[in-house]
Amino acid sequence: MNNLAMTRGEKVFSVFNYVFMLLIIVIFLFPFLSVVMTSFVSTEEYLTRTGLILIPEKFDFSAYQMIFKNKMIYSAYGITFFRTIVGTFFQIAITTAMAYGLSKDDLPGRKPIQVLLMLCLVFPVQIIPQFLLIKNLGLINSLWAMIFPWMMNIQYVFLMIAFFKQVPASLEEAAIIDGCSHVSIFFRIILPLCLPSVATIALFYAVWHWNSWFDAQMFINDIKLYPMQNLLKRILEVPQLGDIGGGLEDEPLPSESIKGAVIIITSLPILCVYPFVQKYFVTGFMMGSVKG
Amino acid sequence: MNKINNKSLWKKIANYKLLYALILPGLAYIIIFRYIPLIGTLVAFKKVPTFATIEQIIDAKWVGLYQFRKFVSSHYFWNILGNTFALAGLRMVFEFGAPIILALLMNEIRRVAFKRIVQTISYMPYFISTVVLAGLVFNLLSTQSGIIPDIVTKLGGKSIYYLADVRYFRTVLLSAIIWKNIGWGTIIYLAALSGIDQQLYEAARIDGANRWIQTLKISLPSISFAVIIMFLLRISVVLNQGFEETLMLYSPAVYQVSDIIDTYVYRVGLLQNQASFGAAVGLFKSLLALTLVLVSNYVAKKFSDHSLYG
Repeated sequence: MNNLAMTRGEKVFSVFNYVFMLLIIVIFLFPFLSVVMTSFVSTEEYLTRTGLILIPEKFDFSAYQMIFKNKMIYSAYGITFFRTIVGTFFQIAITTAMAYGLSKDDLPGRKPIQVLLMLCLVFPVQIIPQFLLIKNLGLINSLWAMIFPWMMNIQYVFLMIAFFKQVPASLEEAAIIDGCSHVSIFFRIILPLCLPSVATIALFYAVWHWNSWFDAQMFINDIKLYPMQNLLKRILEVPQLGDIGGGLEDEPLPSESIKGAVIIITSLPILCVYPFVQKYFVTGFMMGSVKG
Repeated sequence: MNKINNKSLWKKIANYKLLYALILPGLAYIIIFRYIPLIGTLVAFKKVPTFATIEQIIDAKWVGLYQFRKFVSSHYFWNILGNTFALAGLRMVFEFGAPIILALLMNEIRRVAFKRIVQTISYMPYFISTVVLAGLVFNLLSTQSGIIPDIVTKLGGKSIYYLADVRYFRTVLLSAIIWKNIGWGTIIYLAALSGIDQQLYEAARIDGANRWIQTLKISLPSISFAVIIMFLLRISVVLNQGFEETLMLYSPAVYQVSDIIDTYVYRVGLLQNQASFGAAVGLFKSLLALTLVLVSNYVAKKFSDHSLYG
């Protein structure tokens, strides 16, 4: 492409495009930077300074010290880990098992079950009947209320079916001749062969669990059972609502630096893992869009 | 011979049993947690409170379309409907259009390493939660230390708390949503762009087409199929989106421009103890959403048939 010289307009465009991309990078990174910097500002400095705080005069760790003294953060973190690990496990187990069963074209009754799944996509669950169901199952203020309602993403089931169908049938036939049952074929042949795609979907499920908050908002009203996202929501909203009920009454009003610190703590695991797993997300997303 | 056949048949059924056993948990899940709520939507035709027991729900009298009539005749109806479609429309124009433009611009970056950095950074916000997103927005708009009010003041303007102002709320909400999703949205278009035969560009260059013409005549037509499919996919779900972001960012001061059907359902149905009314409003929206699904499906079929045989 260098064999033809760029015209003047193209050169101008190239420069503009690079500048624009740098601006994009700044726009994407600045909010994180701003929050990080706010979390290191002491309350006194915050009150005396006006305008944007790009770099604090003095790096102050008291926000983090205060947060880590609070037992609630540990339990919220524990609950987030619980729902992420246990929830993702259930989701992957149910999704892959169902997809394997439905990947067998000769299975009697496969079609009606697939129609049932399709209809779930057309009729999304509404929050009121869902709430009534969870309430009547006695799951209000139970950690399982964050796991049971969303144990399967229907789109991922169809994606997994497509993956499993790609496994050469001869492998399974050989295993059947050797006396393997479908269950052992599933565990010994299909899952290991499809491990990369299963892992990618597990990643999507795990991020979903880590970031979910609306289910806990509906089904959990005991602040001690809040996952991290809901605790953060609570802390962000305190001054906004002027209501400090629940377990926070013996705490001082959260300052901006505490809010910033909790935002960082809540998103840090995702942001740390993200650069390493980014390419799996992208390939996983592409597989999904090609298939579906 | 017969005996062996019989045996393998039994084995086949036994094998099917195992397959059914693998399907069963998923099937039980969708029946209990997806289909029972679907049946439960019938509370929209009754009058039950939010904390009703199952017996109370079953015993409650049918009231027909009472809840629907109540919603349609309420003075809030047109306001909420307008907000819902305004948000959906704004998303379909700006949130849908922005990744296409960004992808075209990214595609013009010749330095692969730089392109990769831009991509990695722009995908990142997609993986943070709506709560964290709201936290970032609060921080940027804080009248005490946020950058946006700071810039406005430095430029000689008078800064206000934009989230609580009816004139700016939609801009803020839409910007936050675009910021979160634009990078991730480019993936599909970048993939389509990278699939274009480079010879097309070379031929165009020899014919004297500059980059703008190349973009217009080669890049854009090459991704138009992806754009149309993505548009149809988006429009079929657009009424179900935007709920979490709105719920996190809105406040009573801006209900007038921010309250959409989903947030209204949540407030009346769960916070104001009117489960049936909330369910009716939700069902009303589902019917609107279903219409969009059916229309976009129909168009997609027509469209792909056309492009397959035309």
